[in-house]
Formats: sequence, structure tokens, C-alpha cells
Amino acid sequence: MKKEFTPRITSFLCKWCSYTGADLAGTARLQYPTSIIPIQVMCSSRVDPVFLIKAFLNGSDGVLIGGCHPGDCHYETGNYHARRRFAIVKSVFDSLGLESKRLKLSWISASEGPKFARVANEYTEEIMKLGENPTRKSIFL
Amino acid sequence: MNIVSDLRKAIKELLADKKIDLFIGWEKGSLPLSATPLFITSEDEADRAVFDITCGNNLSIYFTKDRKQFADKKVGIAVKGCDARSVVLNILEKQIDRENVVIVGVPCHGVLDKKKVLAKTDGREVLELTDNGDTVTVIGKGYELSFDRSEILSSSCLACIYPDAQEYDMFVGEPRAEVPNENRLKEIKEFEALSTSERWAHTREEYEKCIRCYACRNVCPSCYCNVCFVDQNDPGWIGNTCEFTDSIIFHVIRNLHVAGRCVECGACARACPMDINLLLLNRKVAWEVKDRFGDIAGLDINGKPAMVDFREDEKQDFIMG
Repeated sequence: MKKEFTPRITSFLCKWCSYTGADLAGTARLQYPTSIIPIQVMCSSRVDPVFLIKAFLNGSDGVLIGGCHPGDCHYETGNYHARRRFAIVKSVFDSLGLESKRLKLSWISASEGPKFARVANEYTEEIMKLGENPTRKSIFL
Repeated sequence: MNIVSDLRKAIKELLADKKIDLFIGWEKGSLPLSATPLFITSEDEADRAVFDITCGNNLSIYFTKDRKQFADKKVGIAVKGCDARSVVLNILEKQIDRENVVIVGVPCHGVLDKKKVLAKTDGREVLELTDNGDTVTVIGKGYELSFDRSEILSSSCLACIYPDAQEYDMFVGEPRAEVPNENRLKEIKEFEALSTSERWAHTREEYEKCIRCYACRNVCPSCYCNVCFVDQNDPGWIGNTCEFTDSIIFHVIRNLHVAGRCVECGACARACPMDINLLLLNRKVAWEVKDRFGDIAGLDINGKPAMVDFREDEKQDFIMG
């Protein structure tokens, strides 16, 4: 029997919004795929670009960064910095010819459990279409 | 040459008036193709200073990499356009105080790329180089070649729009503001037009050459972390081999670290022993920063480096959901 491909999506979720949002999705018993592997970070701007690369190196098919909506950051400006950084990371991935579709940034607040479930579903579907991360085999060992 | 004598005069004045304790400039190198950094503390030595096509070193690296030496000293520094932007960036990043530095601008017409000269001479040793303005003559054992200046300029200079310092205390000659350059985005646009797989092929071809000597990092005025992420082993972000897997991580992360801070001086590309086109990605990122955030690194001394600044109403077309 052919094993079905389940993507692995490393998710860096900010403690104050997205992680709590994911929690809410859980307590509200919303269905979302098991492909999401949540990692709690204190702020979306804590996510160093090297984390993303390390995630791909360790076999992730996609990376999701979740943060508070602009203006709602617990540290006031963290997500604005994360947004700038993410724009540049995406552009560098594009320039190198890597698939920047495997990187996502989403604003999910603590009250948006349903949104978290929706983002998780949509993103997993998108990664399913893209298939396994090719760089996993070809460059990243 | 006129510029050189004016530069020497300026240095002498600065040192004689005790406006500075130390001057950093260039002197004639022991090899004909590269000038050597010069450090002088007394006016008698000022006649050693030169400025010509071989003065490629971005001298602002001494402010960051040797910062302890300059702690309470007033330093004068000779700068080309790109070096001036580095100095401004160092000031913005609080590596040196504006009051402690006297920026002496020199009119730059591009610096040479040693590798391009050696390609012209088929690798034969060059014993003498004469800069005649539009043409450059090199003399070696049993040959003499003359070529157009543009043929041997560093690729960063060919796309340069700020050849002269925009922030300076003194300028030798007449400073130019922004100079239009039709080649500014040529290389980037050509690269952007390629398909994803072609770009990936290009990436592989270029970065597979890397031997991880870190010359690019050491020569970069914007790279000055006390412990570079490649030297860290806890956590070890990156393997220690020069396989493509490891070297590409090094280059991607270095690029991201200098995003919005790269002044496109081309020092990395000139220092690279394997002739990797390091500038392309740097310039691509610099252009992306300009395009998205409207910042050009090191131009505005009252501004902020792009990556520590933000605007609330920025374009966020990539946000999901």
C-alpha cells in the first residue's frame, strides 16, 4: 500500500496571539491537519531567518510564521520588524530559485481559533499540491 | 596628480591643526595592482598617501573590526562614495561617534578588479600599472598592454550611482551628487527575467565554487559580529564543510544579515578567490529594500538602517489569510 504523503509544516507561533489562537482552535474542537508542528516563540520577530533554513534542513515541507495583527504586538513593534524581515527572506528565496511558496507568514490573533484552523487547512492543501520538499533530497542532504 | 597632492595637503592640515589624531588612507602597495591601507599620525608622513584606481579597500572596516584601537581617538578617513556610505552606516549603528570622525571625500572613478586584469594578461605577473585616465597600461616581463578603463573596473563600479561621498567634512575636488547610470539595474533585471529553474542552476553553479575561506565576510564593512554565526558551535547552525549544502546557508544568511546595510562596494566580490558573483544577490536584496521600503543604505545620516525601521502601512502582499 502506498503511504500517503503527510507534509510537515514547522510553525513558529507567537506566544501571545497565534499560539493562543491555536489553543483556542483546539479547545473549540475545530478540525485541522496534523501536519502543523507548532513551536512557541515569544514574538514573531524572534524568528531568525536561520530558523527557517534549519527547518528546511531538518526536512520540513513548509514553514509557517504566526504573529499578532499589525498594531497588536505584545512588544508593540515586533511584528512590523518580522514583516520586513520576512519580505526580504522571501525575495532571497525567490532569487536563489528556491520555492518561496513554502514560506508563509500569517497574522492570527488569540481570538481567531477558526482562522488558525482555516490557515492550517489551506496551507496543508497547498503543500500537498507542491509535494515533498525537493531541496530535502537535492541540497539539504 | 592633482587629486593626490590636494589629498596630501588636506591630511597635512588636519594633522597640523590637531583636528585628528590618526588618518586612514591608502599608500602605494608592494604589489602594483593593490594599494595598501595607510595609517599616519604625523604630518611628515602625509606624502605617502595616494589615490588611484588600485585603492579598492573599503577603509571603514577598521572602525568596526578594530574598534578598540580607535576608542577615544579622532580619526580622519579617506573615502570613496561607497566607503562614505559604510562610514555613515557605522555611525548609525553606533560603532563610532560622528564627532570622532573626519570624513575626507575623494572623487572616485571606479576601482579595478585584479581578477579582470589578470584575465587580460593571461595570468602573467604585472610589474607596473599606470592609470592614464580613460585607459590603463600594465607592464610586465616582456609585454605591455593597454586597455579601456571600463574593461577592468570592478563590477560594483560599473553599476555605481554614488561615486562620491554624500556625507563628508572635506572634499578633495568637486563632489558629484547622484550620477545616472544606465547599467544600474541591468544585471538584476536580466537575472530576474530567468525562470526559477534557471536561477537555481545559476545559484548552484556559483555557490558550488565556495571554499568557505570567509574572505567576503572579513572584508565586508557591514559584517562585524563579535562571534559570527558560522563560528558558533552551540547551537551549531551550519556544518563545517565546503559542500554546497553548507556554503549556500552561509551565503544566504550572510546576505540576510547585510540586507538593507550593504552599500554595494563590491569588496566581497573582489576578495573572493573563487570568483563567485557575490554582488548579484547583494544588489538584488539592496534593490528589493529600495523598492519595498524606499531606503538606500548609508545615504541618510539622520535615518535608520532599513531593517530596524518600519512603517505601519507597508505593502504586505505576502500575508496569508
